[in-house]
Amino acid sequence: MVNVIKIAARNLRRYQRRTLLTSALIALGVVAVLLFISITGSFKQMMVGQITDAMIGHLQVHRNGYLAAIDNLPLNRNLNRKQVAKVKQILGETAEIESFSMRIKLGAMFSNFTETTNIRLNTVIPEQEVKTVPLLIDRIIQGEKEESLLKKGQILIPELLAKGMKVNVGDSIVLVANNKDGSVNGQTFTVSGVLEGITGPGGRDGMIHLDDARQLLRINDVEVSEIAIRLKNMGDLPGVFSGLKAALESIRDKNDRPVFELHTWEKLSPFYNIAKMIDLMTLFIKIMLVAVVLVSITNVMIMAVYERINEIGTIAAIGTLPRRIMALFVVEGFLLGVVGTAVGTVISLISIAAINAAGLTFDFGRQSNLVLAPTIGAGDVITIVLIVIGIAVAASVQPAFKAARMDPITALRHV
Amino acid sequence: MSLVVAKNLEKTYRLGDILVTAIRDVNFTIEPASFVSFVGPSGSGKSTLLNMIGCLDPPTMGSLRVAGRDIVRMDRQQAARFRGEHIGFVFQDFNLIPILTVFENVEYPLLMVQNWPAPARKKRVGELLEAVGMGDQGNKYPRQISGGQKQRVAVARALVTNAGLVLADEPTANLDGETANRIIHLMKKMRDAFNTTFVFSTHDPKIMRDAEIVFTLEDGKLLKRRNDEGGAHG
Ligand SMILES: Nc1ncnc2c1ncn2[C@@H]1O[C@H](COP(=O)(O)OP(=O)(O)OP(=O)(O)O)[C@@H](O)[C@H]1O
Ligand SMILES: [Mg+2]
Repeated sequence: MVNVIKIAARNLRRYQRRTLLTSALIALGVVAVLLFISITGSFKQMMVGQITDAMIGHLQVHRNGYLAAIDNLPLNRNLNRKQVAKVKQILGETAEIESFSMRIKLGAMFSNFTETTNIRLNTVIPEQEVKTVPLLIDRIIQGEKEESLLKKGQILIPELLAKGMKVNVGDSIVLVANNKDGSVNGQTFTVSGVLEGITGPGGRDGMIHLDDARQLLRINDVEVSEIAIRLKNMGDLPGVFSGLKAALESIRDKNDRPVFELHTWEKLSPFYNIAKMIDLMTLFIKIMLVAVVLVSITNVMIMAVYERINEIGTIAAIGTLPRRIMALFVVEGFLLGVVGTAVGTVISLISIAAINAAGLTFDFGRQSNLVLAPTIGAGDVITIVLIVIGIAVAASVQPAFKAARMDPITALRHV
Repeated sequence: MSLVVAKNLEKTYRLGDILVTAIRDVNFTIEPASFVSFVGPSGSGKSTLLNMIGCLDPPTMGSLRVAGRDIVRMDRQQAARFRGEHIGFVFQDFNLIPILTVFENVEYPLLMVQNWPAPARKKRVGELLEAVGMGDQGNKYPRQISGGQKQRVAVARALVTNAGLVLADEPTANLDGETANRIIHLMKKMRDAFNTTFVFSTHDPKIMRDAEIVFTLEDGKLLKRRNDEGGAHG
């Protein structure tokens, strides 16, 4: 085998320019794919992090049917005391959970004493909320970014509302809401900050303290619209999801319908589709790489066989077994693939390091100066390397087979 | 025991609808360590016959035994193995492998066909290069040596595996008269040194004089056999 490799390597060196060109093409393809994977991967990770850590959390529990009606923020589909206790117990038994935050969501009228508009409100227990969505505080673009997020009597208002209603930090406003029975109640709040809007459900909601909401809505007992959950490690998501789902779905109402519904951030955020799109693009780029390798290696190997028909006839005549001849050509394609991949991988890794060193930034939506920090996993590199080398070998098989099958006399007579 | 025994040998090629009989009802034997030539005009069937003896082309009819083996019904794999073990080839166009040095060209059959261990290979190749007078040229590439030298290397490659039979189809056709002469004498010397049977084809009268046994072919038929024990140059 060593000798087969030696001879194949010499044959590659014989057509130096062609070898260089082909391996450069393969290297370029590898670089394109690896850079694409690493850059989009880091972008994806950052965006997912933003979404889960600034708003949604990793998982959410609602009363069954809540999500379908979430646009109306219905109060009659909240979880009651018994249900909340049950969920708390199940969450408490799950070790992978870092924290969870209970929220009441409601719609209200917002008045600055001269104008009135609608507002969607997310009402939270600040200590729970900041633990569950730690990047939330960074979304406060005016006012103080306090660890406590907000106190009772205060409101964080969405950016668009602040602009539209010309409300500033420190101003007093009035919230008016209907409770479940239909009666109306109003309460005064002080604007403590302005929240940056982000895409996704709840991304343009205002925020008040849960106790204020209870007072506004005249809720005496425990009542919760949604429970957002943060895991210690996002990698545990699939496992925790199925575990929680099983536990929650086992709880049924009188009609044997599940009482709760559980969703991952993927179901809750539209960014998930963008992430999927990125994955799809990665797949297409990989397919293009495969095509490039397949075409260039097949092409080179067909030429190699054609140019060496006489030599093939000679070595076949003097007794080289067909499978040895086949091996000579397959190994040649394999080496071409190896050289191209090696060069491509090295260039990619250097480029990734360089991008990190340069600290390139980009803007996404309303967020600017996000630092591009591409990384690539060994798994991705190994997958690409194996794919390219595998395709290189596969591409050489047909020409090599042709060489091995050649009739020595015909080959020797070829000029 | 004869090295080659051909009985009622026939070879027919099909060219579309017409059948071309290249060899018809040929009978002959070749003894070990003999120095044999097939001669005849162009198209008389010399190459066809040599290819059949060399296990490269199966006969259409008749029987053909080489080194005690019936070679008529061999598959590709068996034929390749048989050639690698028993037959050496010298080609009209030398057919050295351009990416390999002289040494490596001679080494090739030991390495890729017979799987000899390295030390034995080195020794054997050295001996053969010495024997054909190319002992000091081992590191050169084929493009760096003359036609005559290439054919010497080819002779060494044909002999390196200790094959009992070396087949050479017009080995001198691409060489000038003087060089051709030397190659034929080299082959004869090798026959004497290694007791290898040499069978070559030619239509050069000067060359055929050097053969000890000459078979004359015409239109696919074996016309006559001249025995000349001792040879013209004794
Ligand atoms: N593959 C083939 N297909 C068809 N006909 C063939 C084939 N090979 C040889 N022939 C025919 O067989 C006959 C003998 O050819 P062969 O090559 O054996 O002659 P030769 O004596 O070697 O001639 P030369 O001195 O020109 O080399 C010729 O008529 C040739 O056309
Ligand atoms: Mg011929």
